[in-house]
Amino acid sequence: MNVEIPSKSQRSRVRGIPKGRAVDPKAREEVRSLLGDAPRRRDLLIEHLHKIQDRFGCVSAAHLVALAAEMKMAMAEVYEVATFYHHFDVVKEGDTAPPAITVRVCDSIACELAGSHDLLEKLPALLGKDVRVLPAPCVGRCETAPVAVVGQNPVPHAMAEKIVSLVNARSVTHSSTDIAITPSHVDYAAYRAAGGYALAAACVGGSRTPADIIAVMENSGLRGLGGAGFPAGRKWKIVAAEPAPRLMAINIDEGEPGTFKDRYYLERDPHRFLEGAIIAACAVGIDTVYIYLRDEYHGCRAILERELAALQADPPCKLPEFHLRRGAGAYICGEESAMIESIEGKRGEPRLRPPYVAQVGLFGRPTLEHNMETLHWVREIVEKGPEWFAGHGRNGRKGLRSFSVSGRVKKPGVHLAPAGITLQELIDEYCGGMLEGHTLYGYLPGGASGGILPASMANVPLDFDTLNQYGCFIGSAAVVVLSDKDTATAAARNVMKFFADESCGQCTPCRVGTEKALHLMRSRRWDKPLLNELSQAMMDASICGLGQAAPNPMLSVMKYFPGEVD
Amino acid sequence: MHQPLTPAGPEKTSGSAGPQNRTRPTVTFTLNGQSVVAPADRTILQIADEHGLEVPRLCYMEGMRADGNCRTCMVEIKGERVLAASCCRYPKDGMEVTTNSARAIVSQKMSLELLLADIPETSYTLDSELDLWAKKMDVGKPRFHSRPQPVEDLSHPAMAVHLDACIQCKRCVRACREEQVNDVIGYAFRGGHSKIVFDLDDPMGNSTCVACGECVQACPTGALMPARDVAMVVPDKTVDSVCPYCGVGCQLTYNVKDNKILYVQGRDGPANSSRLCVKGRYGFDYVQHRHRLTTPLIRKKDVPKHKDFTVDPENWHEVFREATWDEALDFAAKGLRDIRDQYGKKALAGFGSAKGTNEEAYLFQKLVRTGFGSNNVDHCTRLCHASSVAALMEGINSGAVSNQVRDVANAEVIFLIGANPTVNHPVAATWIKNAAKAGVKLIVADPRRGDLARHATYNLQFNPDTDVALLNAMLHVIVEEGLVDEKFVQDRTSGYAALAENVKKFSPEAMAPICGIDAPTIREVARLYATSKGSMILWGMGISQHVHGTDNARCLIALALSTGQIGKPGSGLHPLRGQNNVQGASDSGLIPMFYPDYQRVNTPEARARFEKLWKTELDPNPGLTVVEIMNAAKKQDIRGMYIMGENPAMSDPDVDHAREAMATLDHVVVQDIFLTETAYLADVVLPATAWPEKVGTVTNTDRMVQLGRKAIEPPGDAREDFWLIVQLARRIGLDWQYTHPRDVFNEMRQCMDSIAGITWDRLEQESSVTYPCVKEGDPGDPVVFIEAFPTQTGRAKFVPADLISAAERPDADYPMVLITGRQLEHWHTGSMTRRSGALDYIEPEPVASVHPLDLENLGVAPGGTLTIESRRGSISLYARADEGTPRGTVFVPFCYYEAAANMLTNPVLDPFGKIPEFKYCAIKVTPGGEVPERMSFGGGSILADAMSAARS
Repeated sequence: MNVEIPSKSQRSRVRGIPKGRAVDPKAREEVRSLLGDAPRRRDLLIEHLHKIQDRFGCVSAAHLVALAAEMKMAMAEVYEVATFYHHFDVVKEGDTAPPAITVRVCDSIACELAGSHDLLEKLPALLGKDVRVLPAPCVGRCETAPVAVVGQNPVPHAMAEKIVSLVNARSVTHSSTDIAITPSHVDYAAYRAAGGYALAAACVGGSRTPADIIAVMENSGLRGLGGAGFPAGRKWKIVAAEPAPRLMAINIDEGEPGTFKDRYYLERDPHRFLEGAIIAACAVGIDTVYIYLRDEYHGCRAILERELAALQADPPCKLPEFHLRRGAGAYICGEESAMIESIEGKRGEPRLRPPYVAQVGLFGRPTLEHNMETLHWVREIVEKGPEWFAGHGRNGRKGLRSFSVSGRVKKPGVHLAPAGITLQELIDEYCGGMLEGHTLYGYLPGGASGGILPASMANVPLDFDTLNQYGCFIGSAAVVVLSDKDTATAAARNVMKFFADESCGQCTPCRVGTEKALHLMRSRRWDKPLLNELSQAMMDASICGLGQAAPNPMLSVMKYFPGEVD
Repeated sequence: MHQPLTPAGPEKTSGSAGPQNRTRPTVTFTLNGQSVVAPADRTILQIADEHGLEVPRLCYMEGMRADGNCRTCMVEIKGERVLAASCCRYPKDGMEVTTNSARAIVSQKMSLELLLADIPETSYTLDSELDLWAKKMDVGKPRFHSRPQPVEDLSHPAMAVHLDACIQCKRCVRACREEQVNDVIGYAFRGGHSKIVFDLDDPMGNSTCVACGECVQACPTGALMPARDVAMVVPDKTVDSVCPYCGVGCQLTYNVKDNKILYVQGRDGPANSSRLCVKGRYGFDYVQHRHRLTTPLIRKKDVPKHKDFTVDPENWHEVFREATWDEALDFAAKGLRDIRDQYGKKALAGFGSAKGTNEEAYLFQKLVRTGFGSNNVDHCTRLCHASSVAALMEGINSGAVSNQVRDVANAEVIFLIGANPTVNHPVAATWIKNAAKAGVKLIVADPRRGDLARHATYNLQFNPDTDVALLNAMLHVIVEEGLVDEKFVQDRTSGYAALAENVKKFSPEAMAPICGIDAPTIREVARLYATSKGSMILWGMGISQHVHGTDNARCLIALALSTGQIGKPGSGLHPLRGQNNVQGASDSGLIPMFYPDYQRVNTPEARARFEKLWKTELDPNPGLTVVEIMNAAKKQDIRGMYIMGENPAMSDPDVDHAREAMATLDHVVVQDIFLTETAYLADVVLPATAWPEKVGTVTNTDRMVQLGRKAIEPPGDAREDFWLIVQLARRIGLDWQYTHPRDVFNEMRQCMDSIAGITWDRLEQESSVTYPCVKEGDPGDPVVFIEAFPTQTGRAKFVPADLISAAERPDADYPMVLITGRQLEHWHTGSMTRRSGALDYIEPEPVASVHPLDLENLGVAPGGTLTIESRRGSISLYARADEGTPRGTVFVPFCYYEAAANMLTNPVLDPFGKIPEFKYCAIKVTPGGEVPERMSFGGGSILADAMSAARS
């Protein structure tokens, strides 16, 4: 508030308030009433930002300033977090607030193959200026590509007409009765009735010892199913050896394009991973569990909130303390240390390691971090014995994998198949073959980061470690199938754009490298020596897996599809 | 190098106490094929540096938490899948590290090339670290396209922001957030859109930026630079010195060209570790202001003195005429001599300055004591910590701090009361904020809510004037709940029983309605303070500037003594000193009741010591204090004064009265660098030197004696203060032969045991030595009273205090309360800072801070004018809506001559410290009023044109 004083005595600038922005009393009252009695701890910043975004459809500068004051934080601390996440619309003076309805159209690889670009082109004209149409990174429904989300209402097999009618009907919330997006699930009563939580109670009650449980996990060979594949039992052992208090963080920030297995299980059998979490907490000696759920999964959040409440209302045994945290639109928060930063209420910037999360994790404490699906299998493995899980497998590999298959196949979806299955077998045995009129051209074995393999390599076993020699990896087992109607170059550009958009911006090779690579990849002929050199630096020098893996698809193109870019 | 108390700061310190008696663990590993043994707490990059290996780095800066984001320092570690950032990685036994393998070089160079691709070809700085490493690593023209570039931000008067040169290394973020903890800079957005922002991506000049400049100092590429390209000039020389503003004592380096200070950088001193604040970094152009006095001036015969005036230094010739040095000095000396000879020794008095050097202070008091012949010598310590010193001398016979500011890092609890260090001791505040961030519990007690409140575990916004109620209630809890350190009390104190008896009647429940802090909170805070492993008390003028200032300080001393929270690291008493040399000026004897080193003038042994040293008879009676001298002048008991570097005509309470008193004097000699309000009432004005124009020592709040060095020549015929004092002394009959401040310092060592071990040579080498330093070679004691207190019995004394109200409480006629103080950008009476372009531009106009609801009730808009009236005077100025100001009070800084706050203040004194009650008087506030016309300085006038040009 700089008041210009009349120039009578050359008065210059009188500042009527202290330096910087002042708290607007009205905004402060609004923020206070929204927050209610909720603690003002800074790890809740993202939760509080959600309250503002949900209530006002955006986060205004006045609300940010008021929130900062309320939480005893600096404005910059709040602003840098709010602007990091896609789902907060920060609106400053002079900016126009976003319209009441936003339609997000997924433009990640599977949806792009299914024609999301057409939708993105058509929709603005059809919906008018009172509706905002935004491209969005993978929303985790690739089996029903193309997907749009009207407000918080996902639209599978999205057609322009359907979106228009939903917008017109103001149908902006996730329907819990629409079977297309909300399959029926095993609720608490049903889960218990079928013997659920008996094992957890046995562990908590002491009839199953931690050593016993950890041994089962180790013998089963279960590996982390988020993508890194670290042996689960060994992880429990390592964390258990760290000093208490120890924490658990469960990663349901399923954002790897092409991956939707966590949603699949969560929508159907949500208690299974919760029981796994209780067992793990008991075995490792953990009192507090944080569940980080990606914001795109509104339906899952409703289920999880309800089922957690049911569990806590009638606990089968002493429960650890559960905290459900909501992501805010950031792929990088699926990276384990970025997720921890996000749970702490910060920008989702991955941490340098060492120290490892198992030693110095959430709030500086030793932390057992697991992908949701890893915990999903715990009960069954312990109940049926380690041999049961290890007994599956093909081509010399052991265990089961939940493949999220999308792209040019007849039956995309989550297919539980033996580890080590080949792409050809997967397509033939589980996916009903290729779509009519499409011939296999290549495939992405591990989402956006796992590289691209040509049809000629459809017979290599798909599992952890088996693809490294080809410059690829299976990661979260998100298989995107390309056909002769597609090019590897387009797929590589799509994912490189994704990485550039989703890079946290922290380290040079990733922040700058993804942008520069994308620019070079837009040439018809690629500058291969430069791209190779850049790739080497990105793989060697990026802080986290995002930047390290980002060059994989581009390298695959040069290696397996050289004809496309010469 | 000096050893700071703790390697505080964000770097992981992992309790690195006692480096001498614990052997540092080492690791043995292979570095570029050579076996290396290195301390385990050094990173690979640090070890590589020690071995002369050149590994590039940009986001890394010595002394700052390593962040590892630029990825230019990547090294190869055998067996690891990816490369490692050597700035963040610690070697392990047997590790094989290669800094220059082909693979490592590819990443090092690629990261440099990627960054280089995105910044402009012409640099904003003379020493871009990116250019340096690109050159060293032979990175040619980048092979990538450039990003779209952001526009420049020239909204700030002191700093220029060119984010097109930003490489997102976040050194500025760490500087702002982790070092200075001003929390203005953020790293917002994501991916390629990530950018450095101020607050909510606001222009820097409109943000909460306090212009400490730490970000500029940290920036490796010139994206953040001093404004107007001053750092694009190659300096002729650099000169190491110390800051002339507050008592923190930050060391700095001047960059000088053509006898002008181009810009200033922080230096790694023990009090500041290269940190500075806005004044210390951007407040030096006052020395080049056209108002500098360059010729001796003698008052024109036909211009009588009168209390009602506003100085316009531009029109000095209306009052004064120029004179030669001989004429001016003869005239000055004769006037003083005549009064002494006609009216007696007590008819003269002198005000020295806490802005001068120790040597000047020493000479000045010696001149008064031996030349004038009385102890009528004082300085502005009387107006700041006199009551604190009175209580400390009474309780523990030492007026200085027991522990240094940075010792807060070793505390468990910091109790900060009546102080606003983010404004008045900004760099000291950074250490407090660092400690709070590291988990030290901070209790802030102040009627005004300042920037530190956000960092406080407890922020006690208690009612003004109720310090004793709050503190006695805490003592009550400590006694009642058995939190007393019985052993400490028994072994090391006296008078506890009386204290315990006295505080019985001050239960928190009884005091809560008085002080405005609820009883449970008082109890919690008292427990926290008493039971922590180490509690530090720091305080400022909020404690001292009351009629009960001494009582306030007595309570603080009692808190420390009763709980044994003194005499060990992280545990003690620290009155934050205001002026850069108020500690030193007091130490040097610029006080009417003490000779140097606090030797009482009324003790025969002390007098004998100084009579022997100075070879003359001395007055056995304490002299008059600042306000008493003014009262005596009014009554013509005092008729002549020598005033060096002080501005009582602005800084004294009830300044109208002070000016009237000064106008009554027969002969006034003023020695200063500007024509101050005080100089305006002089008979002769001696143009003196500014701080960067002379050599001498100053002593900071931490008892560090630090050397200031000469960087530039004074303007015109201005002379060094040292020379001036000696010349005057000779002309009033003293046979002085000092030729250099060094001579004076050596004499001081003979009569000041606490600095006897400090040699001038050591100061020249080390720049800073902490006292007590009794013998040559002593390291100096950062923590004192470990074994005993320096009293005759070795015991400290409890002195109980009762509730006394402010001398003037609000009533129907004057219903509100005035609190005076300072602003970050302006120093005291404004004579320096209002002549500094950037500082004056940031705070150009007189403002009164008022709670927004009070302002609304008054019907005054923020930025509108209001008039404040007390029983002594009236001023009009602009209103600032400030929620930190408690309801019913108004805060006015006293630096504005157009609206001098001290027109309003109450000259009533604390009976022990003789300090006036600057922090409390009754006022009435009315809307409107005409702000007096500004004279030839202030109002942001120096930079106004440059800034409006930059904006358009």
